[in-house]
Amino acid sequence: MKKIHSIDFRVLDPKTIRKMSAIEIKTPDTYDKDGYPMDGGLMDPHLGVINPGLRCKTCGQKMKDCPGHFGSIEFVRPVLHPEFSKKLELIMQSTCQECGRLNLPDDKLKMYESKLEKGDLEVPTKIVRKAKTAKECEHCKAPKEKILLDKPTNFFLGKERIYPTEIREWIEKIPEMDLKLLGYDLEITKPEWFITSVLPVPPITVRPSITLESGVKSEDDLTHKLVDIIRVNLRLNDNIDAGAPQLIIEDLWDLLQYHVTTYYNNNTAGVPPAKHRSGRALRTLVQRLKGKKGRFRHNLTGKRVNFAARSTVSPDSFISINEIGIPQDIANDLTLPEPITEATIDAIKKKIKETDEIQYVARPNGQRRKITDETRDLILEEIEPGFKIERSLQNGDIVLFNRQPSLHRLSMMAHKVRIMDGKTLRINPVVCKPYNADFDGDEMNIHVPQTEEGKSEAQELMYVQNNVISPRYGAPVVVLEEDGVSGVYILTLDSTEFSKDEAMKYFYEMGIKELPKPDKGKNYSGKLIFSQMLPDDLNLEYTSNTCKVLKKTGVCTSACKGDKCPYGAYVKIKDGVLETGVIDSSSLGEAKGILIDTLARQYSSDVIEKFYNMVNRVVSDLLTKKGMTAGLDEYEMSDKIKKASESSIENALKEGTKLVKKYENKTLDIIPGKTLQESFEIGMMRLSAETKEEIEKMIMSEKVQKVLGKNPELNTTVMILSGSRGSSTNLMNIAGFWGQASVREGRPKRGFKNRLITLNEKDDVGLITGGFINQNFMDGMKGKEYFYHSMGGRQGEVDTGVSTKVSGYLYRRLANSLKDLFVETDRTVRTASKNLVQYSYGEDGIFPMKSIKGKSMNVKKSIEKDL
Amino acid sequence: MAFDVKEHFLVPRHSLLDSDSVEQIISELGIDKSKLPKIPKGDPAIKEFKPKKGDIVKINRYSPTAGKTTYYRIVD
Repeated sequence: MKKIHSIDFRVLDPKTIRKMSAIEIKTPDTYDKDGYPMDGGLMDPHLGVINPGLRCKTCGQKMKDCPGHFGSIEFVRPVLHPEFSKKLELIMQSTCQECGRLNLPDDKLKMYESKLEKGDLEVPTKIVRKAKTAKECEHCKAPKEKILLDKPTNFFLGKERIYPTEIREWIEKIPEMDLKLLGYDLEITKPEWFITSVLPVPPITVRPSITLESGVKSEDDLTHKLVDIIRVNLRLNDNIDAGAPQLIIEDLWDLLQYHVTTYYNNNTAGVPPAKHRSGRALRTLVQRLKGKKGRFRHNLTGKRVNFAARSTVSPDSFISINEIGIPQDIANDLTLPEPITEATIDAIKKKIKETDEIQYVARPNGQRRKITDETRDLILEEIEPGFKIERSLQNGDIVLFNRQPSLHRLSMMAHKVRIMDGKTLRINPVVCKPYNADFDGDEMNIHVPQTEEGKSEAQELMYVQNNVISPRYGAPVVVLEEDGVSGVYILTLDSTEFSKDEAMKYFYEMGIKELPKPDKGKNYSGKLIFSQMLPDDLNLEYTSNTCKVLKKTGVCTSACKGDKCPYGAYVKIKDGVLETGVIDSSSLGEAKGILIDTLARQYSSDVIEKFYNMVNRVVSDLLTKKGMTAGLDEYEMSDKIKKASESSIENALKEGTKLVKKYENKTLDIIPGKTLQESFEIGMMRLSAETKEEIEKMIMSEKVQKVLGKNPELNTTVMILSGSRGSSTNLMNIAGFWGQASVREGRPKRGFKNRLITLNEKDDVGLITGGFINQNFMDGMKGKEYFYHSMGGRQGEVDTGVSTKVSGYLYRRLANSLKDLFVETDRTVRTASKNLVQYSYGEDGIFPMKSIKGKSMNVKKSIEKDL
Repeated sequence: MAFDVKEHFLVPRHSLLDSDSVEQIISELGIDKSKLPKIPKGDPAIKEFKPKKGDIVKINRYSPTAGKTTYYRIVD
């Protein structure tokens, strides 16, 4: 293989165009009435072959080998290349028409020459800027008129039109040194080539004609455009020969210029786009390359692949986390090659005979044949070991599954096929997190690895159960979300009990063979059922999320009593039995799930898969039976809280007025480093935050009793305590009061002059007039408060909109710039060209996926274990 | 007085390796010299050593993951 050392771009010169031209095109017609290409026409066989079997008239090769050949059109009168007219304008503006010299005195030119030699790239621009202003030539003293470019191709010298022939004469006069100063190297590009007198005609392969089913031939847009050009060129020629008046010739010349302009770019500014007969604008050269649908972005950067499928995803918690549900329609279309061996030949023959599962048979030489009703018997006789078949996807095949944007490794994982009814792709909701998928219409892609290497590589490296721990932060990503966590929480509550019948159903769902003894009289506790999902030798002790919530909201203030926790918030698992504690987000959740983390690390990866299987089955049944709901009465607060909330708001208002007074008297304590006003604002914010916190704690402590006691209410509080969704703040906003509306970490202040809204009096900086809301969502807000709330709400809306956009693109750029880095065998990090980046991966050589939250080991845990 | 970047807390300690240790380091790393990360001759942190092209600069850095690390860059 040869390596490309470098590529440079230059302007094609007329000599080269003529040299590479296989034939000069003179006839505007493409085919004669018998349907054969015209000699000297745009479809002349010298330009390449497109019929199989025929040989090229230029190179004598068959269709496969002939690359196609350029032709050429000789213009009677030259025309401008539209994309270079701006360059021509600059050249003409700074040179003299009479002598061709730059409009600058010799000494200055010398100065610029030496600058250019030193490598100053700005020289051409500087010269043009200076030379443009001259009124007469510095060398021959000829007066200079202003050059005007009427875009894209019409030049005016003063008020007179100046035609391409004259322009070319002018440009040819310019001496080599002056052009060098303008940035042209004559070895590479001569500016007179910007005026075309010969046009290259692309080979037929570039603009193939299509034969429609009706037998009508349809030409490519480029061919249409070339026909126009040749036709006008011929008419111009005839008129000149016949001695037609100058006016007519000029009109035709302009028409030729128009066609050439649109041939290059049919979206040139100031030129009406050339239309097809149907009224559709033609797709000419620039349009072919440019934009999203252009050659670069569409065909080169965005290549399509075979053996892939795409559909909407929907959830199914009854399939394994490793599985993917695939519709029959997709499975039928995707194929996998499989060799025929002595061992498999009989089974394969039977399959060919009886089913449509096998779609192609390939001989050892690679020749492929489709199995149809006609070919079936023939193929059955022919096949022998050494042949290959291509069969439809089956249950158990390994496929890659992907969701864009593919930001990290886990955006593409390997799954096992499970063919299902329906038309969507099914995934276990547990794998939503790594893909960042939801089911509001997300579409995802499947790719089928075709080789044995590909399949085993996918299964070893990309299989879901081997990727439970994130390689980014060393903690679980394949995790239960929302209802999953709430469900396990309800299951493991102290009060949850099941009758023998119910428990047996769960044991059956889990596939338990040895039945445990009931632990609550005749009943089974939820904890016991959960324990069946755990490996027998699992030992863990930690505090649950419930504990954190209780501490935060001030419900639990005493020192930790360990497994004697009165709230049942201390998790203790001994020999695979959940003795105390509830299982919530600190056991199961993303990045913190201690239980999942331990299962994924300490055991073979099958364990985590089985665990999720059992959890999913039990929880979906449990939630349908027990129910998890949010009713309005849940947000109806007791009189005690209502009263407390009223009085504390009253208190806050009083405190607020005191603060305002202090602020106005300037007796307020100033926070170091802040101004009086800033201190006051901070004081007001703090006041309302404290007031809110006080009531929030009260509400939570009342709510907690209803979940942790006997006969628990299964509602929003369950979600808050288990950490599956929502927070005590959300509950407070619904049932308590909103508190201070905030914009950019402070009280909203932009609005009207000296007041927030016109409902307030001017210069009132008090609590209520500063955006304090003492109502909640249940009772509804007052008019004023609604506006305050909208100010804060607006900022939230803008922030999510802006930050997702900005951070998404930021992350994409980061990921793209790092994607080619790899760890060499000597453990250094290298770029694709083997340049060294780091002497040890991450400077500590730790692989985050095998790390414990980024650290190579958990010292504390290891010591505990040894003790 | 000019501002000395080397005094700044974000600039780690740079030092020039002598030719013996250059060879030793290169053989220890087992890597082609041209693949090493580069540092410009005029970099303010090494300017005063008057480095020549091909010299190797040793940098003692603080690292959030590994504590202290050494990094080598070749003068370009």
